[in-house]
This record gives sequence, C-alpha cells and structure tokens, in this order.
Amino acid sequence: MFKGRDIVSIKELSKEDMEIVFEVAREMIPIARGERKSDLLEGKILATLFFEPSTRTRLSFEAAMHRLGGSVIGFSNPSATSISKGETLADTVRVMDSYSDVIVIRHPYEGSARLAAEFAENPVINGGDGAGQHPTQTLLDLFTIHQEFGGIEGLKVALIGDLKYGRTVHSLAYALSYLGAKIYLISPELLRMPNHIIRELKNKPVETDNIEDVIEEMDVFYVTRIQKERFPDPTEYKKVAGSYRIAEELLQKAKRDAIVMHPLPRVNEIDVDVDNTKHARYFQQAFNGVPVRMALLALVLGVV
Amino acid sequence: MKIQKIKNGIVIDHIPCGMALKVLKILNIEGDIGSTVSLVMHVKSRMGWKDVVKIEDRYLEEKEIDKIALIAPTATVNVIKDYRVVKKHKVHIPEEIRGIVRCMNPRCITNQREPVTPEFRVVSKDPVIIKCKYCEREMSGEEIIENIL
Repeated sequence: MFKGRDIVSIKELSKEDMEIVFEVAREMIPIARGERKSDLLEGKILATLFFEPSTRTRLSFEAAMHRLGGSVIGFSNPSATSISKGETLADTVRVMDSYSDVIVIRHPYEGSARLAAEFAENPVINGGDGAGQHPTQTLLDLFTIHQEFGGIEGLKVALIGDLKYGRTVHSLAYALSYLGAKIYLISPELLRMPNHIIRELKNKPVETDNIEDVIEEMDVFYVTRIQKERFPDPTEYKKVAGSYRIAEELLQKAKRDAIVMHPLPRVNEIDVDVDNTKHARYFQQAFNGVPVRMALLALVLGVV
Repeated sequence: MKIQKIKNGIVIDHIPCGMALKVLKILNIEGDIGSTVSLVMHVKSRMGWKDVVKIEDRYLEEKEIDKIALIAPTATVNVIKDYRVVKKHKVHIPEEIRGIVRCMNPRCITNQREPVTPEFRVVSKDPVIIKCKYCEREMSGEEIIENIL
C-alpha cells in the first residue's frame, strides 16, 4: 500500500494510512533510541535535497536512515551545488533520483515537492515546501497525541499563537479535524487562521483571543511561535506575545493529563518552568520525528 | 444585429460583457486563422448586455469549447451549417484544466523556470473555483481571468 508512494501532502493520507504509520513508528521507538539495532534499510540510500536551512527535519531524517542501517547523501547548502549555476529543480531531482532509493526535499517554493515527485522514479517525501505542506511534521505531531491518548477522535485541541503564517498549524488543523478532534483556535486578531484553511475543516472551530477562556477544557495545547517581523509596531508585538505565553501558573488550571506541544524552536512562548511539569511534551514530540520518519522510509521503500 | 449571418461555423453567444477577447484568447484564435472572425461587444439582449463571437468555417472540439466555461459560464455555442443552427449546446466546465491558466501564487513552483505545465483541479463549478495541483492555491473569478495564458 505504501511501497513506492510519494508523501507530498497530508491530505493524501487516509485515516487507515495514518494508523499504519503510527503502528510502524511505535515499533521503531526502541531502534530510534538506540536500544535495538536494525539493518532494515541496509544498502538503501536516502538523498536529502535541502534547498533551505533546516536542522530538525534534515537531521531526524538522517538519524532515521542511519538507525535503520541505510546511508545518506545530499546537500543542505545549494549554493555549493550546480543549482547555483542555474540548474532546474526538475534536473537536480532526476540526477539525485538516479543516485538514490528515496528522496527527501525541502524547498522554498510551494508545490516543489509535487514537481519533484513527478520527475523522480523513486519515492519523494516532502520535507516542507515554502508556505505549503510539511506532512512529516504533521504526522509526528499526530503520533505524539496518539501515543498520549490512544487516539485522536473527540480530543479537544487548542492551536495557539501564529495561526496565519504557520504552515505546521495549517496542515495539523486539517488532519486533526479529519480525524475527529475538536479544534480551538487561539490567536491575536492579526494572526487568525486564514478562511481558506478554516473552510477545509470538517467542523467549525471555536475561535478566541484568550487562552484563559478554554484552559480548563483542553487535552492538548499546541503552541507556535509569534514572529516579531509580523508586527509593524514592536510595542504591539510585545503586548501580544506576552499574552500567548504558556507558564506553569497558567497550567495549574489545566486538566491533569493535558499536554503542551510545540514544533520548536521556541523562543519564549513556553516558559522554561513548564519543561519540568507533567504537561511538557515538546521534546518527546521532537524525538518522535525519528521513529515517524523511520516508519515512513521503511514503508515507502517497501520493507515493512 | 449589426453583423451578418455566417454560412458555416460557430456562434458563441451570451458571453458576459467584456469577455469576448478573452474567449478568443482561450480558443487560441489570433492573427491569421484563415477565416473570418466577428466579434460584437456590449450588445443588448433580452437578458441584459452580452458579447458575441462568430467564427466562420471553423468548428471546435467540445473539449476546446468547454474551456470557455471558465470565464463565460453562461455562454452557449451554436454550430451553423448553411446559415442554420444545427447544434446548440451550453458550455461545461471540465474537471481538470491544463495549460490554460497560470497559478496566481508567485511562489508556486510552476511560476519558476521549471519544465512544467500549470494544472488545476476544478473544486467548484458555480462559482468557478480551481485549485493548483502543485501549490494547492485556490483561484476564482477575476483571479482566473487575470491569469489566463
């Protein structure tokens, strides 16, 4: 079902597909931790085409490949490649495809992963295309929630912060709604989720600009970074950013088993005091990037 | 009507006002096509104002005509033989659109120097909303018209 498949957009994965990814990812956890060895992808080569800087996505893909006994080739600085000489993405992809068994691409232009998938014979995994899709991030976010609560349906999830520009929250909102979670959107007026994203959600989400309104009811707080550059007035930024900050004190009003997530890097949206509370899951979430990406690599390469 | 009847060819009627030139563009009718093309803009009809295009000695495939629906969903196409209407049909919006419209998103990969043809899926027919196969940006109304290739 997965062999040879491209992973370009989360919208192309059914609920059953996602369940399979989670199931395989769960089995990968001990290998991801280095507690068990694996040679599942021995002899296979992953090509990482990173046209834009990224630490977590690229390194967790590399870690995933290495943990399964495969090798990695690629670049993370296109200025040192023939792309700087004016090569098209289509040509770069065709060449790298002939050197490897699977490609991961991160590119500043939207739709680039779809284009890469058309030109490559082997599977292509989208590692983020501009403001477009970032399906492996969505899958690891969903996996983190799934691991915690055993499912997604019926959960109350608050998406907090910059809901306008953050591509992570857009595909996450779509996937959560598709899987039956109840979504709460908490953001300043200026950074509300765009209507074309809300239109695609199964049920109309609850929108508010105050976390306190929903703090007691939520199962998941998914916090995103509010970027200073989005605000024309720096004093306005300070005021707004402060009011979306998650602190230990605020969480005392939350459900006992509520969790706090963040795609990282965080700046100060979540107080460091929260790190040691039972609610913090963002580092676990970052780790989950490895088993989830291991699962995807193993699935598209047809070894599981 | 100030334009004489045609003997053989097609008449595209009920085009929304101001769209006639765009209709010709969509049909790739420009320059010397070897037959007479008449175009009437801003004509009064029973249903208000409209544009009309007549193309002599030329027949178009249905699929080709359907492209018109993107900008002129109200249009009707009459096939004329010996001054008589032998076939009349309404335009239908196709499910997929390839190479007619450019994606409006400047950051879409199809707007870079890549060997690809822009492709869209029609997500709604009334109003017409199309979605880029690559960047998933949705376009409608004026956005489509402004980006016709």
